[in-house]
Amino acid sequence: MTETLSQLRRIAQNPTLSFKQKEHALAVEAENMLPYVLLDAETRAALDARIICDMYEGNAPYKPRYVLPDYEVVLKNGSTHLELPKPETLDEAINTLQIAYHHVPSVTGMPVFIGHLDALLLPFCDGVSDDELYRKIKLFWRYIDRVLPDAFLHADIGPTDNRVARAILRADAELKQVAPNLTFLYDPEVSGEDILRLCTDNIIACSKPHIANHPIHREVFDEPGYAIVSCYNALPLRGGAASLARINLKKVAEASSGEADFLDVQLPRYVHLNARLMRARVDYLFRQSGFFDGNFLVEEGWIDRDRFTAMFGIFAMAEAVNHLQDLAGRPGRYGHDAAANELGHRISARLAELVEREPMEHVWRGVAMLHAQAGLSSDAGTTPGVRIPYGSEPDPVSHVQALLPHHKHYLSGVSEILTLDETVRSNPEAVFQLAKGALQLGFREFTANVTGNDLVRVTGFMIRLSDVKLYNAARGSRVNTTALGAEAAETVHILDRKPRVVGLELMAGSGV
Amino acid sequence: MSDGVAAVSKFLTWSVVDGPGNRFVLFLQGCNYHCVTCHNPHTIGVCSDCGACVAVCPSGALKKSGRKVVHDPGPCISCDSCLSACPTRANPMVRRMTVNDVLELLRRNAPFLNGLTVSGGEATLHLDFLIDLFTAIKAAPDLAHLTLFIDSNGNLPAEGWQRVLPVTDGVMLDIKAFDPERHRRLTGADNDLSLASARLLAEAGKLYELRFLMIPGETDSPEEISALSALAHELGPHTRLRLNAFQHHGVRGPAATWAPMPRAGVEAAAGVLQASGLAEVVLPSVWLP
Repeated sequence: MTETLSQLRRIAQNPTLSFKQKEHALAVEAENMLPYVLLDAETRAALDARIICDMYEGNAPYKPRYVLPDYEVVLKNGSTHLELPKPETLDEAINTLQIAYHHVPSVTGMPVFIGHLDALLLPFCDGVSDDELYRKIKLFWRYIDRVLPDAFLHADIGPTDNRVARAILRADAELKQVAPNLTFLYDPEVSGEDILRLCTDNIIACSKPHIANHPIHREVFDEPGYAIVSCYNALPLRGGAASLARINLKKVAEASSGEADFLDVQLPRYVHLNARLMRARVDYLFRQSGFFDGNFLVEEGWIDRDRFTAMFGIFAMAEAVNHLQDLAGRPGRYGHDAAANELGHRISARLAELVEREPMEHVWRGVAMLHAQAGLSSDAGTTPGVRIPYGSEPDPVSHVQALLPHHKHYLSGVSEILTLDETVRSNPEAVFQLAKGALQLGFREFTANVTGNDLVRVTGFMIRLSDVKLYNAARGSRVNTTALGAEAAETVHILDRKPRVVGLELMAGSGV
Repeated sequence: MSDGVAAVSKFLTWSVVDGPGNRFVLFLQGCNYHCVTCHNPHTIGVCSDCGACVAVCPSGALKKSGRKVVHDPGPCISCDSCLSACPTRANPMVRRMTVNDVLELLRRNAPFLNGLTVSGGEATLHLDFLIDLFTAIKAAPDLAHLTLFIDSNGNLPAEGWQRVLPVTDGVMLDIKAFDPERHRRLTGADNDLSLASARLLAEAGKLYELRFLMIPGETDSPEEISALSALAHELGPHTRLRLNAFQHHGVRGPAATWAPMPRAGVEAAAGVLQASGLAEVVLPSVWLP
């Protein structure tokens, strides 16, 4: 108890946290004073050994990890609970959304999804000039970044090429803000190359947007579809993800006597234990927390309790493969050697098969969705998801080729970051071709950082390097995620590298 | 002399500095210039199987098999010790590749590529291979979208260009110096063929880019820049002109102690060239600290 109290005191007295940030951190600590959801001894032991990990989501899950409201509901009907009339003009629609965002929970305390903004706003744009639209979007963008300053907050646009998407891309490149993060849903049949080129030009300007392979994602989800949120997670729209728990593949490999033991004994064992952990957490949310009872989001149809999946995360694929290579006396390293890469691909296929065999109550479609998880800022000695270790990445084309076979297995997202050196600035066509090629071959998503940009991607979220410098100089930051980026920078020296990729994602307990 | 095989020093599947878009780059071994400022000096020579590299190879990747030096890519750790040890500026890691080998590599990476650039060494020393390769690519429906470029020092007579240009989309041509004596001193060769090549390529509409390496105290003089300006104007005011800055990276021999070219000098020269009416003067996209 004294330890808990001193932790509470540290938060209360921390000079670099804002009032809001303290409030959130204190709430996390308070939740964790409750007993943990009920686990069997074997699962508890695996969790304590951190072979499986609950992302420090909290002891008593009282809200889903990610909530993806169908904002079309409030734009079409208004809201009785919020006493909002149906909006008629663009200003009213944006105002309605701004209000709506404050009622959407997530693990971060801020919404992780703010809508398919172009589809939502286009019906309100008749009679609004391009210039007027652009100015309104700019104000909207400023509002989001200043009032909801969390880089996990995510907007989607596309797959059509339309005025709103273009206004958003223009404002986003100009403002270079941390929030919102942005994904363009690309469909070669619908989007056209013009807007893809606009996206890759924006990547050169500000490392955004992320580009999702719309046809591949679309076929995974039923109506009303999906959205890309937070750290590039693909989740059911009008639902989301109840929880995320993950397996440390490095530790599973270290517990194995060789490849066969890993694939046939240890991996099935820990997949099963992680599934048990997920079931216990999901059960608490659905049957004990009361989240869905009397919730106006449910009653008005913003969310549907049957559309929440559970995300089955994995990370440290690189370290697992390299360890198994060592056990077999093979020198080839993950990301570079064909045999090592193929071992990785077999592990992903095996994971997909095992996760499919773990039924889950309350969960959308009755099974969890596999996810290549992007890491916590406190992880050390492991590489996020199925990524190639920092500093040893091959050139972008070889990089894509090495990871491509993983992508089909990770239905709820496989966040991958390509780092491009600064010379691409004078050759944007190369970035366009790289993105087009990767998407054409079946990459689920294309994400890139360009060196020399102040705004860089920390796995899934964006930070400004200048903010990290300020934070480290103890001046604090108005943006929540800067602390996570700063911790990741310290822990794994991710900013020392050239090109800069920041490796780890989250602060325990508050992250995504 | 092509039997459909060329000595390949290296290839890249990602290059954004060898022409428009992302380019597959094939570096062919051997050069007819011996530039003191060369930043890839190990591409100049042809291996004589002397074995000096075998002695310094720390990983056992290089072995002598009969009279031949043989490289095994498996154990190779890419430390490049062999390159520093080579007395003839050759590269024992060179691999012999057929036209079909290159086609296969291109097919594997085609969705990512805007084109192919063949560089060197001096690419045109392998003219028959180039013609065979380019002809095969143009004839392959799945590769026909690739633009085909040559990066050359221009030391090729008109007859040579006339054979390869029908299957070539563009040439990036280096002019090393305008003063004939300086050119000989810097490269070991005369520049008359290079200058004639510039005119021939521009006339044929195949000169993608004229490149000029600025070296302090050598090619950064007002006389050199004004000769460059005159040539570019003669070729047409829309000639794309790229100024490169001499750096130490990779350089061996006496030039390694020369001063690197300062950014201000390159920018000043670019200012003069632009003021003279040249529309497209390109500077290095990254300046080394």
